[in-house]
Amino acid sequence: MSEAHFEANGGNVAVFDTHPSEVIAAESPLHWSRERGLVDDVAGHDGDVKVVERPFLGHLILRGGAITLDEAVRAELGISLPGKPLGLNVDADGSRSVQWLSPDEWLVIVPGGEEFELENRLREHLGDAHFAIVNVSGGQTLVELSGDKARELLMKSVTYDVHSHGLPVGKAVGTVFAKTSVVLRRPNETGFELVIRRSFADYCVRWLLDAGREYGLRVESPSSR
Amino acid sequence: MFYIFCPYCDERREEEEFHPSGQAHLVRPTDPESVSDEAWGDYLFFRDNPRGIHHEMWVHRLGCRKFFNITRDTTTYEILETYPMGEQPTITAETARVRREQGVQTADGGWQTVGAQPENSTLNEETSS
Repeated sequence: MSEAHFEANGGNVAVFDTHPSEVIAAESPLHWSRERGLVDDVAGHDGDVKVVERPFLGHLILRGGAITLDEAVRAELGISLPGKPLGLNVDADGSRSVQWLSPDEWLVIVPGGEEFELENRLREHLGDAHFAIVNVSGGQTLVELSGDKARELLMKSVTYDVHSHGLPVGKAVGTVFAKTSVVLRRPNETGFELVIRRSFADYCVRWLLDAGREYGLRVESPSSR
Repeated sequence: MFYIFCPYCDERREEEEFHPSGQAHLVRPTDPESVSDEAWGDYLFFRDNPRGIHHEMWVHRLGCRKFFNITRDTTTYEILETYPMGEQPTITAETARVRREQGVQTADGGWQTVGAQPENSTLNEETSS
């Protein structure tokens, strides 16, 4: 783990790079499930639903005023904050996104390794503004659902209306999944994304496997960065 | 099962995503040291239990995790309106449309009601059978 840096942002906030300088083995939230044989490094997907974890991404929670944050995120990330509640803005190649979580809270997801640099740039840009940035990369993970039966699978799992009129592309909602909570996102036409908590990851995987058994579902999770 | 409109998410969601958090619009005494024990006790422990219109706080715990207010009829469970924190209800027990015998008394401290009278007093009278 790198040393804490106090010199940026006026010395009142300790920030540190959660990526260690030397390479060590990393365990995604689905590691527990992997040890129990529920998750494959590379799953052969011959079923109607494909579930792939995108581990080790950079997740940042931004809190503060919409106008100041929008300006900073637009300048440093090139994506504007969603203008409306439940909005999800994704960049051109789909690897970076900004999502509305609540009236003063947004979730930024960027490729793993970019989040520390982005956090520092945002802090510098925001200066003395009233805001908070928290790196939550270790606490949650992103799971992609795609395939013909992905919607049917979700219909069995969430209370939310997952039809295209209820959850169009560019919308993301926090809702009930099985008996826990997830963030359900619709970044593109081809599929859905779930942001699940680390402590509930195994439960969610087991639920998905059970609900997707009739569709031949396998869960894939790359074991390294 | 309620189908509740969250004023922050700007759409209706299942009740499962929400949790009730008690009476709304409670105001903490600005100077707790100087209020009487009775007024402080009223603020701390006593809540309205009206028959009819009730303003209560709910939290959208699995959605945006924000608190907001609901005006609900405790007899029919009908949710009459939801509105964000810091705003005042447009429908109250005094609103003409719902004005009727609410059977509500207010305590001396002025904070809460201490009991509900039946809408029809004969309901409580013993009948000779």
